[in-house]
Amino acid sequence: MTATAEREAAAAPLPRPAWGRHLVAVAVLAVVLVPLPLVLPAAQQSVAVRVLVFAILAIGWNVMSGFGGMFSFGHAAYFGLGAYVSVWLLVERGISPWIGMLVGMVVAGAFAALIGFLALRYRLKGAYFALATFAFAEMLRLIAINSDLVNRAVGYNVPLRSEPSWAYMQFEPGSANYFWIALALTVVALVVTILFLRSRQGRFTVAVRDDEDAAAALGIPVMRTKLITIALSGAITSVAGTFYVQYYFFVDPDVAFGNSVSIQAILPAVIGGVATIWGPVIGAAVLGPLNDVTATVLRNPPPALDFLQGRAGLDVVLYALLLILIVLLLPQGVYGAIRDRVQRRRAGRRPA
Amino acid sequence: MTLLEVESVSKSFRGLRAVDDVSFTVEEGSILGIIGPNGAGKTTLFNLVAGALPPDTGSVRLAGTDVTGAKPHRISHAGMARTFQLMKPFGSLSVLENVAVARMAAGASRRRAPAEAADVVDRVGLTRWRDARSEGLPTAGLKRLELARALASRPRVLLLDEVLAGLVPAERTPVMELLETLRRDDGITLVFVEHIMAAVMRLSDSVLVLDQGRVLTSGEPHQVTQDPRVIEAYLGEEPTVAGP
Repeated sequence: MTATAEREAAAAPLPRPAWGRHLVAVAVLAVVLVPLPLVLPAAQQSVAVRVLVFAILAIGWNVMSGFGGMFSFGHAAYFGLGAYVSVWLLVERGISPWIGMLVGMVVAGAFAALIGFLALRYRLKGAYFALATFAFAEMLRLIAINSDLVNRAVGYNVPLRSEPSWAYMQFEPGSANYFWIALALTVVALVVTILFLRSRQGRFTVAVRDDEDAAAALGIPVMRTKLITIALSGAITSVAGTFYVQYYFFVDPDVAFGNSVSIQAILPAVIGGVATIWGPVIGAAVLGPLNDVTATVLRNPPPALDFLQGRAGLDVVLYALLLILIVLLLPQGVYGAIRDRVQRRRAGRRPA
Repeated sequence: MTLLEVESVSKSFRGLRAVDDVSFTVEEGSILGIIGPNGAGKTTLFNLVAGALPPDTGSVRLAGTDVTGAKPHRISHAGMARTFQLMKPFGSLSVLENVAVARMAAGASRRRAPAEAADVVDRVGLTRWRDARSEGLPTAGLKRLELARALASRPRVLLLDEVLAGLVPAERTPVMELLETLRRDDGITLVFVEHIMAAVMRLSDSVLVLDQGRVLTSGEPHQVTQDPRVIEAYLGEEPTVAGP
C-alpha cells in the first residue's frame, strides 16, 4: 500500500456514533436473554450468572481504562468495597443489600476518585499509574485481613433467611431471580455507560484520553474530567461486588480484594475489545464458559487426551494458552475485529 | 485597548533560559507576528502565555485580569485559544466531533454543539473531511483542524503556532485569507509564530523578534526585517527571511 492510499484509507469516513442504535441493541439483548434461565440446565445457569458478573466488572474497568485511557490494575479495590460495604451493612446493621449496593457505589466511587487524585497529583502515568492502583487494592486487602471491624481474614457469610426475599436479594439456590437481577444490573451498567459517553462529560473523557494538552487548551478541566471518569468506573464495578456476595453467600479479603479480581476486570474487556461498548460483554461471554470448558475437559478428557487426566493446574495452562491465542489473533478484541471487518466490507461496497 | 500584556516573563529548564525577560503587549484587534530562529523560545513563550507552563517570573494579563500561572482551561475560558505546532487532534474522533468537543468545552450544549461545529468546519475549509477520523488527515488538514478547534472556543485572542508550516504555497493563501477575515469580521486579536516571512509581512501590524530567549527587537514589519541584528541572527538559519 502506498503512503497516499494508506492515508486515504485511514481518513475514510467514521460512522457517526450511533448511540441510539447501541441503546436499542441493549434492549434487544435484554429481551432475548430474559427467558434463558428457563431453558438452561442448572449448572449452565451459574455459568451465565458468572458471565454477567464478569461483564459488570469489565464494563466498569472499561470506562476508566478503555474510554478514559488510564490503565487500572486495581479494580479489585472497587469490587471489594462494593462487596464489603454491603455485606457489613447487612450483617452488622441488617440493612438491605439493595441499599448496601447504593452505599457501596458511593464509597467505591469516592475511594476511586481519591486514589485517582493522589496518582494524578503526582503525575503518575502508564505503568506507574497502573502500579499505584494495584498498590491501593493490595492495601485494602491487607487492611481487611488485619481489621477486627470486618472479621479479619475470616470475612463474612451472608445470613440465611427463612424465606426468599426480594428486599434482601435472597432466593432458593438456583433461582432464576439471581440471573434476572444480574441481567438487569448489566443492562443498567451498559445504559449508564452509553449515556455517559454521549454526554458532554463523556465526550470530554475521550478528548482528554486522546490528547490532554489539547483538551486543556480548549477549556476542558483535565483533572476534574479524569476524576469523574474514575469515580463512575469504580461505582459500576462495585455493583458486581455487591451482587457477588449475595449470590455466593460469602466474601473474604482475597475473594474481594485479591489481584485475580483485578485481572478478571481487565480480561473480558481486552478479549472483547477495549474502549468499545460491547467489548466487555462479549469478552465475558467468551471467558465465562471458557473457564468452565477447560476445567471440564481436563477433568474428564476425551480418549485422545487421556494422558492429561489428573494433572493439576493444566486447566489454567490451557485457559492461558487460549487467551494468548485470542489476543494474538484478534488484537482489537472480538468486537473490534468484527466491527473492522463490517466497516471494510461497507467501504468496499461504496462506489469510489 | 490593550488586550494582552506580557511583562518580563522568564522560564528556565535545567539552567537553560528558554525565555528570558520577555515583555510585549497586544492591542485588541491587532495582529502580532513573532519570529526568530529555531530554539529562540517561541513555543515556550506560547506555553507560558497560555498556561501550559507556569513562568518562573513575570506576569501575563488578559483583558486586565492577571492570569499568570493559571491553568490552561481557565485561560481558555478567559478568552484565549491556541493552536499547537505539533498538531494534537483527538485522534479517535472525527473532524466534526473534534470541533464539537471544543464548542462544548466553551459552554455549548450537546445538542447545539454539532451544528455550531459544522459551521466552523465549513469556514476553515474542512467540509470534505468532516466525518473522517482526524488522525488520518494529511498535514494541511490537521493544521486546519487545529485552527477550527481554537476558533470553536470563540476566543478574543488567538495564539497560532506555525499554522502555515508544512503547507505548500497553494495551501497557504486561503489560510492567510481566513486569518485576515478573523481579524476584520470577527474582531479576533491574533498572535502568531511563523517562519514564512511572506505571511509575517502580509499579516502583521507589528513584529517581535526573539533570539536565544530574549527580545532582539520589535516594531513594524518593514522596519524590523531591515534591522542588521535581525538579519545576523537569522543568517544561515532561515533563508526565507531574505526572500520577498
